[in-house]
Amino acid sequence: MHELSLCGAIAEIVTRRAGDRRVQVVHLQIGQLRQVVPDALTFCWTMLTEDTDLDGSTLDVDRVAAVLTCRTCGTRSDLPDPPAFACVGCGGLDVAIEAGEEFAVTALDLIPV
Amino acid sequence: MGRFHRHDGPEGHGHSHDHDHDHHHGVGDLSGYATADDRVEVLERIFGENERVGALNRADLDLAGAIAVNMMSSPGAGKTSLLAASLQWLTERHHVGVIEGDIETALDAERLAGLGAVVELINTGQGFGGECHLDAPMVRRALTRLPLAELDLVIVENVGNLVCPAEFDVGAHARVMVYSVTEGEEKPLKYPVMFRCADLVLVNKVDLLPHLDVDLAEFYKNLARVNPGVDTIETSARTGQGVAAFCAWVSARVPAGAIRR
Repeated sequence: MHELSLCGAIAEIVTRRAGDRRVQVVHLQIGQLRQVVPDALTFCWTMLTEDTDLDGSTLDVDRVAAVLTCRTCGTRSDLPDPPAFACVGCGGLDVAIEAGEEFAVTALDLIPV
Repeated sequence: MGRFHRHDGPEGHGHSHDHDHDHHHGVGDLSGYATADDRVEVLERIFGENERVGALNRADLDLAGAIAVNMMSSPGAGKTSLLAASLQWLTERHHVGVIEGDIETALDAERLAGLGAVVELINTGQGFGGECHLDAPMVRRALTRLPLAELDLVIVENVGNLVCPAEFDVGAHARVMVYSVTEGEEKPLKYPVMFRCADLVLVNKVDLLPHLDVDLAEFYKNLARVNPGVDTIETSARTGQGVAAFCAWVSARVPAGAIRR
């Protein structure tokens, strides 16, 4: 349950980037390997932004599936469930996480002036 | 990594650039494009500020010739008992500081007092429900209260939690995860981020194995799925098994010149 402090970090970024404009939607990218619960994030966002300049803004979460790439044979694969960080092609253990660790504010939709 | 942002000019030509500097962009940056459109492309990492402060912590430690070890586990896995059992070995060879993270109470800090280390407590309980992890700014405040110039090893005992602490770089040089054999074989699969981030996994409370149905081979198999090749040491704070091996693992990471007797 670290969503509240994450919302604090998101609000800091949004406030700085929005300047004096009002924000309608905050677009987020959250990788599968980030242990963030979108519903909890949305709940905390409503609570944190109440009676602030960000009151009424919403979060739009784009979840990114985890993708592994084998450094030995180059095979790309999705992370299996339950997770295993190994190559499905050659069985090698030297895999890079190509996607799934994203956690970023990607864009803001502003209320037209 | 610098902050990366993108913006399209009025002619619609896309361009992007990387910033290697670390200052925050003020709102003045937006004058060129935010007013022309109702959408601002941002692409800013949410952990960016925490990572920036974590890097500062690491740099301060490096300057002092010290390393920090971030100890993480679920509540009750035995971090404090293991630390208490380790401090005699460690303080005979190092000048040790301990940053003790707890949501409430000074109980753990009191348990570690008088064992030769300088103990600094962080209570994360202010605010809603208490923070479930230590972040880099909290550790930074604790570091300033420690006599860093006199230390060569700082052990950060994180808040007991298998989820949140794994997400926050506090500026440590190594991450030690304490797993206890009472927690079940499947924990690495349920908390892959925590188990994957560890440089060392301590398999603790092994003195209880005769009384449990836990299949340790299955645990190691699951651990290998999420963090193949990670160092492991079987420990018991109660019998002392593996404690010296754990201490030696930590000690080996302290810069050689820093060891003082």
